[in-house]
Order: sequence, then C-alpha cells, then structure tokens
Amino acid sequence: MLSAVWLIPALPLLGALLLLVFGRKLGEPWSGVLATLMVAGSFVAGVVTFLGLLDRPAEERQFLFHVFDWLPVGGFNVDIGFLVDPLSMTMVLFVTGVGALIHLYSIGYMHGDRGYPRFFLYLNLFAFSMLMLVLGDNLLVTFLGWEGVGACSYFLISFWFEKMPNAVAGKKAFVTNRIGDWGYMLGMFLTFTTLGSITYFAKDGSGFLQHASGLTGVTATAIALLLFVGAAGKSAQLPLYVWLPDAMAGPTPVSALIHAATMVTSGVYLMVRVSPVLAQSYHWAPQVIAWIGAITALFAATVAVSQRDIKKVLAYSTVSQLGYMFLAVGSGAYVAAIFHMVTHAFFKALLFLGSGSVIHGMHDEQDMRFMGALRKLMPITASTFIVGWLAIAGVPPFAGFWSKDEILLSAWGNNKALWAIGLVTALLTAYYMSRQVFMVFFGEPRWDQAHHVAGEAEQSAAAVDDERTDVAHGVAVDEHPAPTPHESPWTMWVPLVVLAVLAVLGGGLNLPFNHDVSFLANWLEPVVHATEVVPDVATATKVGLAVVAIIAALAGIALAAAVYLKQRVRAVEPELLLHAYHYDDALAAFFGGPGEALAEGTAMADKLVIDGAVNGAGTLVRAGGSRLRVVQTGYVRNYALGIAGGAVLALGWFLVRAGL
Amino acid sequence: MLNVLAQTGVHSVSGAGFPLLTALILLPAIGAVLVAVVPRTRPEVSRLVGVAASAATGALSVWLVTQFDSHDAGFQFVSKHDWIKDLGISWHLGVDGISLFLVLLTGLLFPLALWGVKPHHDPKPYTAWLLLLQAGCMGVFLSLDLFLFFVMFEIVLVPMYFIIGGWGYADRVYAALKFFLFTMLGSTFMLVGILTTAFLARSSMPGGALTFDLVQIAEHADFATNTARWLFVSFAVAFAVKVPIFPLHTWLPDAHTQAPTAGSVILAGVMLKLGTYGFLRFGLYLFPEAAVWAAPGLVTLGVIGIIYGAIVAAVQKDLKRLVAYSSVAHLGFIVLGTFALTTQGLTGSVLQMVNHGVSTGALFLLVGMIYDRRHTRLIAELGGLQKVAPVLAGVFTVVMLSSIGLPGLNGFSGEFLILLGSFITRRWWTIVAASGVILAALYLLWAYQRVFHGEPDEANAATPDMNWVDGLVMAPLLAAILFVGVYPKPMLERIEPSVNRLIAHIEDRTTYRQPEVATKGAAVQGEATTQEGHK
Repeated sequence: MLSAVWLIPALPLLGALLLLVFGRKLGEPWSGVLATLMVAGSFVAGVVTFLGLLDRPAEERQFLFHVFDWLPVGGFNVDIGFLVDPLSMTMVLFVTGVGALIHLYSIGYMHGDRGYPRFFLYLNLFAFSMLMLVLGDNLLVTFLGWEGVGACSYFLISFWFEKMPNAVAGKKAFVTNRIGDWGYMLGMFLTFTTLGSITYFAKDGSGFLQHASGLTGVTATAIALLLFVGAAGKSAQLPLYVWLPDAMAGPTPVSALIHAATMVTSGVYLMVRVSPVLAQSYHWAPQVIAWIGAITALFAATVAVSQRDIKKVLAYSTVSQLGYMFLAVGSGAYVAAIFHMVTHAFFKALLFLGSGSVIHGMHDEQDMRFMGALRKLMPITASTFIVGWLAIAGVPPFAGFWSKDEILLSAWGNNKALWAIGLVTALLTAYYMSRQVFMVFFGEPRWDQAHHVAGEAEQSAAAVDDERTDVAHGVAVDEHPAPTPHESPWTMWVPLVVLAVLAVLGGGLNLPFNHDVSFLANWLEPVVHATEVVPDVATATKVGLAVVAIIAALAGIALAAAVYLKQRVRAVEPELLLHAYHYDDALAAFFGGPGEALAEGTAMADKLVIDGAVNGAGTLVRAGGSRLRVVQTGYVRNYALGIAGGAVLALGWFLVRAGL
Repeated sequence: MLNVLAQTGVHSVSGAGFPLLTALILLPAIGAVLVAVVPRTRPEVSRLVGVAASAATGALSVWLVTQFDSHDAGFQFVSKHDWIKDLGISWHLGVDGISLFLVLLTGLLFPLALWGVKPHHDPKPYTAWLLLLQAGCMGVFLSLDLFLFFVMFEIVLVPMYFIIGGWGYADRVYAALKFFLFTMLGSTFMLVGILTTAFLARSSMPGGALTFDLVQIAEHADFATNTARWLFVSFAVAFAVKVPIFPLHTWLPDAHTQAPTAGSVILAGVMLKLGTYGFLRFGLYLFPEAAVWAAPGLVTLGVIGIIYGAIVAAVQKDLKRLVAYSSVAHLGFIVLGTFALTTQGLTGSVLQMVNHGVSTGALFLLVGMIYDRRHTRLIAELGGLQKVAPVLAGVFTVVMLSSIGLPGLNGFSGEFLILLGSFITRRWWTIVAASGVILAALYLLWAYQRVFHGEPDEANAATPDMNWVDGLVMAPLLAAILFVGVYPKPMLERIEPSVNRLIAHIEDRTTYRQPEVATKGAAVQGEATTQEGHK
C-alpha cells in the first residue's frame, strides 16, 4: 500500500502533461474536470498510503521510496525519492484534499475565461510541485518542489497577464522568493559540507537528520537560520512578506490554494522537518524565529484592520496567521504549528473561496465599501463565510480556536511577552474579520455606490481592483448598470460547504482534554518526539489562558459590531495602515530609485570606463601609428642616417658599460 | 599514472580502425569546400549541402557518445599522426569526459543554427563559413597537441569575423573588428606561452626531443614554479578574453548584438566554451601548481562577473544585449566552479558549459525569431507578445526558467553543482555568488514582463506565432533542457571520471588536497561529527 506513494505526485504531473498537449482540444469544462480528477485521484492515493502507514506500529512509520538517482557527483548523492512519514502524509492529505476542492471550485469560477485550459494546467503543475515539496526525501527534492511552486505561483499571479499590475505582482513574488531561496541553498551547502548528506533519512543511517546531534551549536544555528531565510520568503514573514498582498492579483482560487492553504505553509513544513537541527542550535536561534513570527503576526493584523479590498484583508490575515505558526515553531511547539496549518488551510481556503464567490456574484467588485447585506442574496456563501469567520476569530468550538489556543499556550511557556503579542493579535484578528463580515454581508446594500466613486483616486488598491474586470467576462463595471449580486453555481458552493464542515470540526483533530484525543500529537509523535517542547503549565493556568483568549476574541467581535454594525463608534482606519506602514512603498522607491540608478551607473561605467579603455587603447594605437607614419619617408638616406645614429648610440653604450 | 602511460602508449592504434575524431573535423571542412564549389546561382543546393554536412557531423558526434566508454577516464578514440616531425608537432586527437559533451554540443547546435536561421543574403559563403567554424570548434575540443590546438583556436576567428562582418546588423564592422582584435591580442600571449612551454619542456622529455604533445608535456614536464606561473598567465589571458572574464568582456555584447542570429547562437553556445574548456585542458592540466596559485584571483573575477554581468544585463534596452550580458554572468559561474577545484565544482562547470550552450543558444534563437517578426530588439518597442504569440511565449518561458536555474531544468543541475562545489573550498565567495540567482530572476523576468506581458499595442498586435520550422528547431533544445534537468546522470557519470583524473593529476603535483567531504560525502560524516562534537 505504501508503494502507491509515487502515484500521489505522478497523477497531477500526468494531468499537467495531458493538458499541455490536449488542453485546447478539451476546452471547457473537460480540461477542468480532468485536472480535478487527477488531484482527487492523488488524494485517494494519499489516503491509501496513509492507511498503509497507519497499519504499522508508531515507531516503524517511516517508508522510503527510491525513484532514481538525480545528481550523483563524488561524495554528493541525491536521488529523486519520497519520504513517507506522519509529517509528510499529514501535508499530503490536506494539500490534495483542499486542492481537489479548489480545483472543483475553479471549474465554475473560471467559466468563460479565455485561458481556461491553461489555468488548470498551471494548477495541476502546482499540485505536482507542492507534493514533491512535501514528499521529497532530501532537501534538494524539497527545493525542486519549492522552486516549482514558486514558478507556478508566478504563472498564476500573472495569469491575466494583459494587465500590467498582475504581471508586476507575479514577478515580484518570484524575485522575493528567490531572496529566500538564496538562504535555502546556502543552508543546503552548509549541511552537506558539515554532515556529508542532505538526505533527511537514509536506510543506511547516513541521513543528515540522523546525525544532527553531532552538529556544533554554531553550525546548527547557521543552517537553521539560513533555511529560515528561505522559509520567511516562501511563507511571507517580515521582512520578505511584501509579495503576498500583491499576489492577490491572481484568480481567487489561486489565492485560496497557493497563497493561503498550501504553498505559503511550506516554510513552516520545512522548519518542522529540520527540527532536529533547530534543536541543536543555540538557544537564541529558535527565539529569533518565534519573535519574527510574533511581530509579523501583529504587524499584518494591524494592517488588515484598514484594508478595503476583500482579498487584501484575507491576504494580510494569512501573513498574520503564518506568523502564528512560526511563533509556534520557534517555541518548539511543532505539533501546534502543523495543527494550525491544517485548520488554517480549512478556514482560510473557505474564506478565500467565499470571497471569490462574493466577487463572482458582485460581478468583479472587490471593494468592501460597495458591498453589504449580501447574506440575503447569497445565503450559502454568507453562511459558510460566517463559519470561516468564527473559526479564524477563535470562537469555540470552531477549528481555529483549538489550534490558536495551543500556540498561545506554547508562547506562554516560552515567553510571556510573546504570549501577549499573540493575544493582541487574536483580538485584532477577531476585529478585522468581523469588520469584513459586517461590511460584506450585513448592513445596508451599497453596491450601487460604486459608480459614483469610480473616478475617485483609488491608486493604492488599483493593482487588484481591476483584477477581473474586462478580462474574464468582457464586462466593465462602469459600462453597465449596477448588477444584482447572485448566488454561485454548485461547483462553487459545494466546496464551500465541505470546507465549512471541516472548519467546524477541524479542531477535533487534536483536542487538549487528554492524551487519547490528541490525535494529531500522537500521530506526529514519532517525527517530533525528540524536539517538541511541552510547556510546563498547570491545568488551571491552561484553562485560564483559554478563557482569556475567548474573551479577547469576543471583545474583538463586539468592538467591530459597535463600529461597523451599530455604527456607535467611528471607524478608525488610518491611511498609514492602509498602506501597510509604507514599508512596501519605501522598498519600491528604493529599488526603483537608487537601486536602478546604481545599475544604470554600472552599465554606464561598463560602457565608458571598461569599454572606454579598450576603445581608448585602439585610438591610441591608431594615433601613435599615424604619428610614426611620418618616419617612414621612403628615402634611403633617412634610413641610413637612422641606422648610423643607432650604431653610434649602441657603440657608446657598450663603451660606457665596458668602463672606458 | 599507469593508466595515463597506457593511454599514451596506444596512440598508434588510433582508435578502433575508423578515425572517428578526424572525421568529426574533416566532415564539416569538406562540406565547406563542397559548398564553395556549388554555383552561386543555386543557393538552395549550398544550403542543403551545408545542413547535410553539419547534420552528418552531428550524427557522428551522437555515435561517438554512444561508443564512449564511461569507465575510462583517459583519452579515448585517440588518433595520432606526425605532422611536422622535426618540431614534434602531430595531428593528435582524443576525447575524454571533459570534452565529450562539448563535441556533442558542437555537433548538434550547428545543424540547428544552419537549418533554423536563413541568412538574409548570400547563403553560399555564409554556409561555408559556418561549416568551417564547426570544423574549427571540433578541432579545439579534440586537439591534444599544443600547436594543433593553437591553429584550431585561431581558425575559428576567421569565419566568425566574416559572419559578423558580412551578415550582422548596423554596427557589424566595428563589432567584428573588435572581436577579432581582442581575441588576437589574447592569442599572441598564448602563442608565446605555447612556444616557451614546448622549448622548456624539452629538457624533461626522453631524449630531449622537442614536442608539442599535450599529454607528454603535462605528464612529464617539470617547470620551475615561477616559470609555470608565467606560462599559465600567458594561456589564461587568451582564455579569459574568450570566456570572457571581467574586465575583458566588452567585445562580447557588441559581437553578440551585431552578429546574425546563427552567429550569436554559435558564439554563445560553442565559442565561449573554447575559453572555459581551455582553462581545464591547458590551464589546470598543464600547470597544476600555477592553477592552484591563481585560483583565488580567478574565483574572485568569476564572482565579480556573476554579479556585474547580472546588474548590467538588468538595465539593457536591447533584448539581445541583455542576453549577451547574461552570458557574462553565467560564464562567471563556470569560472567559479572550475577554480573551486572540487569534483562537484568541476563537474558542474563542464555540465554548465553544455547547459549554457543549449539555453543561451535557444534564447538567441528566440530573440532572433522576435526580431524577424518585429524588426526591433528594443525592449521598449515590444510588449504584449504572449497574447498574440502564446507558443513563442511558452517556449521562451521554459528557456528563461532554465537560464534562471529552476530545478528540474538543465541550468539548475550545473549551477547547483558549481555552487555546492565552490562552497566546499570557497565559502565566502559562494555566499556572494549565490545571490547571482536572485539577480538572474530579476533581469530575465523583468525583460519577459516588458516583452510578453501587457496588452499588445498596434505594432505588436500582428506578430505571428511560431511556425512549425521554428518549433522543430526549438524542440530538441527543449528536450535537452528537460532531460538534463531531470536526469543528468548519464552525463555526470561520463564527466566525473575525467574530472577526478584531472584533480588527481593536480593533487599529485601540488600540495593541494580536495576536502574529503567532496569525494566521500556521508562516509566521512562520522569523523566530521566527532571532531565537531569534541570541540
């Protein structure tokens, strides 16, 4: 049963190849159906493999599957091979599961798009890369997937490439990720030079994770932090988060699949995978990760408070939630990090797909100021979105409460200040998500106001505002009368309902009440047992912390209700937060200004100084030649004079040398 | 050592009867002569003869690869005949893992360039020059005699000079002259170096005979340390111009930009490798001590080339010039890997020579296709091409990603091995060099965005997509890009033995020792671990 593992990435790859060749012939909807079936098949293969693994005793749950030698040179030898263990299977199941749902959703969402088959080709290629990433048995196969998902993300963000902002956003995502990849690559090199292998586990015991205990603190710290640079790029942490909000330029299913549920969590996966190295590093190394995570969580949550674009709120929310996961990783709570990754995949995919359904129903309007009261017109979307909202806000018994609570608990055990930041973030999360729900689904309908302000300066959000306009349906908002929002087709709401159910029940994966119901912790135990830090906190404190967290969540919701529902308090949405503290603008200004000037200057120096020297030498030779030309008179007497003079000088020289 | 002697001993046998390597050089040369005698009024015949001759050479090179013994690290298919006996100059050819795939590249890239790109005028001399160029490039990669090598190294200049000067763009005469003078200047140093090497080596030869035989000199000659260093430098200048290594690179953007498409493809694809190959075959092999001595300097120049080439590429206004500067960066990687002096670095470098030939050759073909359709190379005048030419855009994307070094495509296999190999011996340089992968993504994606993304304006809206001939030309290159990215093992296992033999040769003659982890990997981790553990 375990040998079925190769089918998991092979099916989406096959789908991508088929779509490459036959995509245009298949057209709509069959190319979408094919892609969906491939990922669904991958999910089935994942379940089969999972059952095979479950069948084994806990300590034997590790299976290596060798496909072929990839880059064997000298002492360096990596294969294309898969590592099946509880961690990779957890990732596989939610990636293929959520992935299949989002594929299904896309069949409806992408209806009528010119690039329909191309979209599903990229989507299947993405699924393949993501599965290589999580299944790879060494750092290099993971890197193959890592870069593969980056490339697919680039393709999909700039999917509607006719609009320049989309193209710019795609490029930005790729290049920013490359900065992270620089760290990843150096981390790999350092691992190899110190341990002679970059394979996680090998049958002969030569895997580097099997030898991590031999690392010195300084090397382990260097490897861990270099890999974390990679993780921060892929998982949008400070200071490399800037690409993710812009990535919302892609079609909404892409935002759900890649930029919320799966790809952006690969950084967390990587850190959990190499946790033995992290455990070996200096004490402050994990603290760096925890603090960056916590600060990112708070930073992004404050920015989300002011966003007007329905997807941008969710984008910053994703950055913030990923920060939580790194807070957990840095605190040694690997199970909590994975737990939150899974629940987050459920509710954030749900929220994104819900927002896509809203955008679809609103005929491509994304500004929340022009929504409102949609719950009556889009009942399924509204009710499922509300489930997602309660889950992310941390209201029990929804999924997000349980996983967030575990992270806050581990933060408490690590450092009270980290816990406080996490708690404030939780309050803000509840606040901005409630704001979104109230603005979109409650209150007065405002969708006819869009026309009055269409000409108003909205430059800051322009990148995403015009996303689907004019492209997918050939509809331009300001040419038509105010459209009436409508509910989406079944292919779109079925995934919403399934994800909503998961967002309600997801917490059941890992309940804190006693050891037997901590399913996820028990399942992951063989992978993380040596490195997991269990916070030493009394049960009473645990309950107290949970209560405080619930109060914070409810307070956030109440505050948002007072502002946006009852309109008793005036909304505070400072420009500074709308522009995300101008951090991105400053970066853009720097690279567009001094950065480009420097490059232009270098190119100019290349032309004037280096090539100038070459051409100068050429000119010099030519000038010298024409000067010397006058000597060549052609008269024998001149030459004879020269020879005689030279002979006299030579003779004189020898006479002087001879000491006369 | 014995292995080498055995190799030098079998010269007279000259392969397995059929002089395969000689044929690889003579076939295109004969083709050139045949083209020359075809009447000028029958351009299609000269073209046919040209494509046939170069394709036959390509087929021979494929056959060579299939016949190559991957377990033999030494020179194979050796062919040795006296040429100028009194001076010890011989027609001495041989192929090993280092040259094998460069021969294959030369064999396959020429017919593609010849067939895929039609000259705008005078197809007859154009075809003849290209065939002569193919013969010369083959000669460089196969020569095992210093004098023969020099002749071949110089021969290639002539056809390239005429191709740039005769079929190039507006500034072609300036570019051709610059290319010629620059390279000639380097070659003069090498000529002096070659003569000095041969005459100085005479004293260590059996019987004091003068010889230009590379293997004899490399295995037996014993130069004084300083002499060897000077000799190395004289060779290095010639190779550095050819690679080109910063700051000797300024002929390259002009030559590439002004050359006709096929000229750029061959220039970037094959001719730049004459320099990097020269470093391996005539730098490291002949003067191991001097190479180890010069390594820090050359590694530094390589790293400068990586960063500098990328930065300058980023702000180019001309698409072809951008690709040309990207070559400066990519060749910087190859120099870095070569002088890392590790198995991974050197193997990666050899692999990357081939990869760069494929990827950059393909990029120049694509830029040529764009120029043929739009009659401009200026990035600012292009835009939105993906909408009107999706297949062209798709192929460009794959080739671009290969050039950026996306895992699973060929560029990554080489670049990764180079960086891994150089990290082992030159950690800090590699940390800087690795940032080149960020810059590569930046300048290529930015160019792609401006050329292919967006809504096409009126001038671009009528751009036709690839036709089937274009597709057939690109197909083998795309196949190579994918194959080497996914399964480079068949290449690596042929390159590596010869690389290891070269490193052993260096270790034999110097105090340099390759770190153990490079050769043994995980097998030495126990030691590394205990050492670290006890620290």
